[in-house]
Amino acid sequence: MGELMLDGNAIAGLLQEVFAVEMTTAIGTCGGCGAAGPVGAVHVYRGAGIVLRCPHCNNALAKIVKNDSRVWIDFQGIRTLEVAV
Amino acid sequence: MRIPPGQYVTADFPVLSAGPTPHTALELWDFSIVGELAEPRGWTWEEFRALPSEEITRDIHCVTKWTKLDTVWRGVSVDTLLEGIETAAEFVTQYSDGGYTTNLPLEDVTGGKAWVVFAYDGQPLEPEHGGPARMLVPHHYFWKSAKWVRGLRLQSTDEPGFWETNGYHNYGDPWQEQRYTGD
Amino acid sequence: MAGTALHGRLTWQLAELVKAVAETPRVKTIVFDVPGWPGHRAGQHVDVRLTAEDGYQAERSYSIASAPDGTRVALTVQRLEDGEVSPYLTDELRPGDKIELRGPIGGYFVWEPSEGGPLMLVAGGSGIVPLMAMIRTRAAAGDDTEMRLLYSSRSQDDLIYRDELERLSGNGLTVVHALTDSQPPGWTGYARRVDAEMLAEVAPSPTERPRFYACGPTPFVEAVAGALVRLGHDPLAIKTERFGPTGR
Repeated sequence: MGELMLDGNAIAGLLQEVFAVEMTTAIGTCGGCGAAGPVGAVHVYRGAGIVLRCPHCNNALAKIVKNDSRVWIDFQGIRTLEVAV
Repeated sequence: MRIPPGQYVTADFPVLSAGPTPHTALELWDFSIVGELAEPRGWTWEEFRALPSEEITRDIHCVTKWTKLDTVWRGVSVDTLLEGIETAAEFVTQYSDGGYTTNLPLEDVTGGKAWVVFAYDGQPLEPEHGGPARMLVPHHYFWKSAKWVRGLRLQSTDEPGFWETNGYHNYGDPWQEQRYTGD
Repeated sequence: MAGTALHGRLTWQLAELVKAVAETPRVKTIVFDVPGWPGHRAGQHVDVRLTAEDGYQAERSYSIASAPDGTRVALTVQRLEDGEVSPYLTDELRPGDKIELRGPIGGYFVWEPSEGGPLMLVAGGSGIVPLMAMIRTRAAAGDDTEMRLLYSSRSQDDLIYRDELERLSGNGLTVVHALTDSQPPGWTGYARRVDAEMLAEVAPSPTERPRFYACGPTPFVEAVAGALVRLGHDPLAIKTERFGPTGR
């Protein structure tokens, strides 16, 4: 897996900044393999931007690019996201 | 002015990755040119390493704001790989193990501007830095130099890649600070 | 599910250093006063942002080491040799200095006494920090939930919170150390890296339905989580927080 890999806890601040709600307890369902689990447990890689990957099948769940004024998020790899409000 | 706008010089070589490090055995590795050409081309590792290669020293610029000066590589020029190929394609997509892609106009990887490199600082390229081979296209931000590259696809249409479809600039010229879509 | 969702966008604010305490030669606890701090739960962290004179910014996350205590927030920071942020926090910051931070952050890797146990905490190196917040929160609440800590360090000199852990042991808290690189004369504890056999000896059995929190360098957490699953523990009962590469 590589020692550089982090998990959803590492981007908890970024996600809360964007969604205005704590996101690591949100449950995501992988569009690749169908596994469901908390965002806090997904694998996180830092490349030019951030990539969230399914801990079971490595499918790219989401990509996040951010500058001072905007955030771009690609959610194509997540089938559904369940968040407590 | 040697440092592009908004960049900071680093002495390190930060490792950034969009996913786990692929490990392809050299016996199974190949490099291909596919897409809009009469016949696809491919090289095994031995065939690729038998091609003429050169030492290249360049500054590299990452969109995350670090610049590393005078990085030394050894690799095969893309001009060598495309020698004799006739194509009407105007664009090229680099594709890698693990699914990463990045796009450029074909003229930005020809004419001595791009290489497939297999050594860094006199040593075989380490997997975490893209080994066994990665692209080197130093006049663009470094996300346009795909790690773990396995081939080039020649296309008549531009196909925004992994990051270009999600916020990073389609062209990525560090000297015009083209980091994000719309810059 | 750990309590109710937190609402509101996080904002950066200035926090003032109140005091600094050396824990080990490379590790320091820095205590901040954070105006308006809403309190926090054990396991949460803060993001810290430093801005250099030339405008360069670096951001890092640090687990909160302390139990909730008004506007006081303690971080325990390991000084990394090539670090961009940690050397400033451990070597340059002086009481009265201010840094930017935001928090508290996190909801997955948290524990509150009301959640009960039995609980097992597995710490690799600086991974002890958020787990210590859990231990301190439990102690401050007078909670007697069964809690076991397996704490892996390189040597006795690298043990963070050594005396406090000894003091808090008992009343349902068991502390087990593994010293991986060197041990003091007469050491009778574990003298190797955490492995499946050690986990099987220290952890409650799967029939007790224990819950786990594992924190430390990524390879450590991967190895521990994998071993616990193979020992028959429920993957959903294992929560992890990866700190990235070792500081080695």
